[in-house]
Amino acid sequence: MFKILQKTVSTGTVTANYPAEPIKISGRFRGRPSFDFDKWKDARPAAEVCPTGAISLSDKGDSRKVTVDYGLCVFCGLCAEASSEQAVRITQEFELATSDRRNLVLAAEYTLNADRTHRGLRKVDRKSVNVETDVESLGKKARETIQKILGRSLAIREVDAGSCNGCELEIVALNNPVHDVERFGIQFVASPRHADMLLVTGPVTRNMELALLKTHRAMAEPKVVVAVGACGISGGIFGVNYASLGSVDKVLPVDVYIPGCPPRPQALLHGILLAIGRLAERLHDNRAG
Amino acid sequence: MMTQSISAMFEALRQKLGPQVQSVRADREDEVYVLLRDADIRPITEHLRGEFGARLVTVFAEDRCSAEGVFFNYYVFEQKGSAQYLIVQAPVRSDTLEFPSLSAELPSANWQEREIQDWFGLKAVGHPNPRRVALHDNWPDVYPLRKDFPLETVLPPFEGERHIYRPAFGEGVLQVPVGPVHAGIIEPGHFNFAVAGEPILYLQLRMFYTHKGTEKLFEKIPIHKAVFLAESISGDSSFSHGTAFCQAIERAASIEVPLRGLAMRTILLELERICNHVADIGAIATDVGFVIANAHASRLKETLVTLNEQMTGSRQLRGMVCVGGVRRGWDQAQLNTLRDTLDSFAREFRDLISLIDSSESTRDRLEQTGVLRPEKARALGIVGVGGRASGVDLDVRRDHPYAAYPRYSFRVPVYQAGDVWHRMQVRIDEVNESIGIVRNAMPDGLQREFRVPVPSIPSDRCALSAVEGWRGEIIHWIRTGPDNHLQRCKIKDPSLNNWPALVEAVQGNIIADFPVINKSFNLSYSGTDR
Repeated sequence: MFKILQKTVSTGTVTANYPAEPIKISGRFRGRPSFDFDKWKDARPAAEVCPTGAISLSDKGDSRKVTVDYGLCVFCGLCAEASSEQAVRITQEFELATSDRRNLVLAAEYTLNADRTHRGLRKVDRKSVNVETDVESLGKKARETIQKILGRSLAIREVDAGSCNGCELEIVALNNPVHDVERFGIQFVASPRHADMLLVTGPVTRNMELALLKTHRAMAEPKVVVAVGACGISGGIFGVNYASLGSVDKVLPVDVYIPGCPPRPQALLHGILLAIGRLAERLHDNRAG
Repeated sequence: MMTQSISAMFEALRQKLGPQVQSVRADREDEVYVLLRDADIRPITEHLRGEFGARLVTVFAEDRCSAEGVFFNYYVFEQKGSAQYLIVQAPVRSDTLEFPSLSAELPSANWQEREIQDWFGLKAVGHPNPRRVALHDNWPDVYPLRKDFPLETVLPPFEGERHIYRPAFGEGVLQVPVGPVHAGIIEPGHFNFAVAGEPILYLQLRMFYTHKGTEKLFEKIPIHKAVFLAESISGDSSFSHGTAFCQAIERAASIEVPLRGLAMRTILLELERICNHVADIGAIATDVGFVIANAHASRLKETLVTLNEQMTGSRQLRGMVCVGGVRRGWDQAQLNTLRDTLDSFAREFRDLISLIDSSESTRDRLEQTGVLRPEKARALGIVGVGGRASGVDLDVRRDHPYAAYPRYSFRVPVYQAGDVWHRMQVRIDEVNESIGIVRNAMPDGLQREFRVPVPSIPSDRCALSAVEGWRGEIIHWIRTGPDNHLQRCKIKDPSLNNWPALVEAVQGNIIADFPVINKSFNLSYSGTDR
């Protein structure tokens, strides 16, 4: 007993204060790749190496449409290595969660030279991801929502719908003393009947489809669904095949998408806080209605 | 068998088994193929097991109908004390599509033979329980790993039958269904317990809920992208599976990875082992109510994944291994971080273990709980941590050396008791050994080259690669195809061998101890289901 106390005292507090304070992350961490469309002279090398097709091209005559989908990205960094003109840069941004799937897709159109390199940028549909970046106030708002509306606790039911277990490891890490989501009143629960939020990982396998639907059905209204990781958002590297449906939103209405492969714990927390906002709106609607 | 020259081996097998043995060839010094004239694997299996005490490593099939007009089954054997793998290749009869089952004799073949039935539509004759396993009972009759089945096929909603579990009878006997969605944040699978009061009579497992067509997908995507698929076979073993895959390609294309690349792989493989073992030690403590130990263990794990990120840019060591070596070198600052983090980790780990050792009640709950006896472990073909705690002295790092392991000495801990306590003990010993390996490998991590350029991969070459992941023996077998693609990729995660160990170990234990027994094996569902 004495030993336990001694170890506890000598260890001290290890809990990080994200999002109230920014986190310290290794300079080598690979976050969101950013694209300088003006500078990009040839998108083919990056598209060629991308393991999941997150960068895709469609050429028509002398024009090319380049699409970048962060929902498919596994953050491997190969695109930055492949683009010799340094139009693709790996940043440290990880707060990419959004409630609108379209927010994760960038698109640009180029005119082409005879050698299929870019001659000029014709138009850009979306330059950068339009996500909630004021995480600090997001955290405060979420805390208030949990305090006032949710009776001081938010209950999450997690379902692995075919993940490789990578996302689960990071979700489990949310409960360790460093990330400790209980400081927000957030807890993971065993029964869907107790849950306000369904956190789903994996590309939704045919063998998990029914179990996922039943879990969602068992939850009381109002409820929100969060799709986690490249697989949950888009099928990731697995995509659609005989055994995989290829995304959570094929089966359930999704409120928030959290990109990553897997998303780091802070990215998960950011997405969960965002989803709490959605839940608050829905509670409000329910009462008004 | 395995110290002979190829021609002597051929003569000896011919003499023993007659004209059924068609040819023997060595693709590599440690990878020998014996081609049979028919599918009858029983005589040679009996011979290899009887004469040489050979162990069946894995069983899988390949559709060679368009190339050679036939399906092949492959049976991989190893012999204690030899680095060689002996792979018996047996054609399946084209008219009946039947092959004889080994499962009654060798339970480790059970699920693997049924996978072959489900995925290829071949029939394992004499299988004691030939029901569906990899595709659930409600699936239509499709054979997705046949070449004429397109990967992208979208099947209509399933309307087939439900799985029927073996019933349990008797006064006070009842069945407890659990899953596929479990109480905690873990992977999905179904456990059906038959209990008489508290004690478990027997456990029926139904897995493959996370089957996502991985082996078929390997046949579609180009090799350099497939490395990322290998990293997603089992998320907690991304580096081990990634390495196993790259090694297979390197063996097929005779690519020599420079020492620095090999040493860096060795270091990262060991970091993956330490990370997962520490997490498991904490989780085992939690499952018997010693949560403070888990608080420390998960804090330590967090410092290790932070180190992972510093060394590779990913908390799970992803995007680092590549065909030809590793993608990025390390500078002195990174190696200093590695050394310092490991030093402080080693101190903290000692504290954690002494905390656990000082808790009599924890020891009391873990000793004699979930016992897997050595003779059972051997009969079931158990590998890895679960095997070593039950007297099965196997470790790919020592038995089939790869990466830079031959350069560093380490001990392989083996216990006979086979209970949860000893499965934890194996992990504790291995963490300490791993720290030693990493320290010894660090100077080699600063040599010059860490990667060689990769030529175009030659077509139609077979290669077997093995890695001792933190859970146990990982096998990847590939056949290359044209244009840097694969024709076949077989993946065997150690979990596939080890689920029967769980079934055996829980018998007679109370149902409340199931979580800790399950955790003490901590098998990968995704690695099993692929």
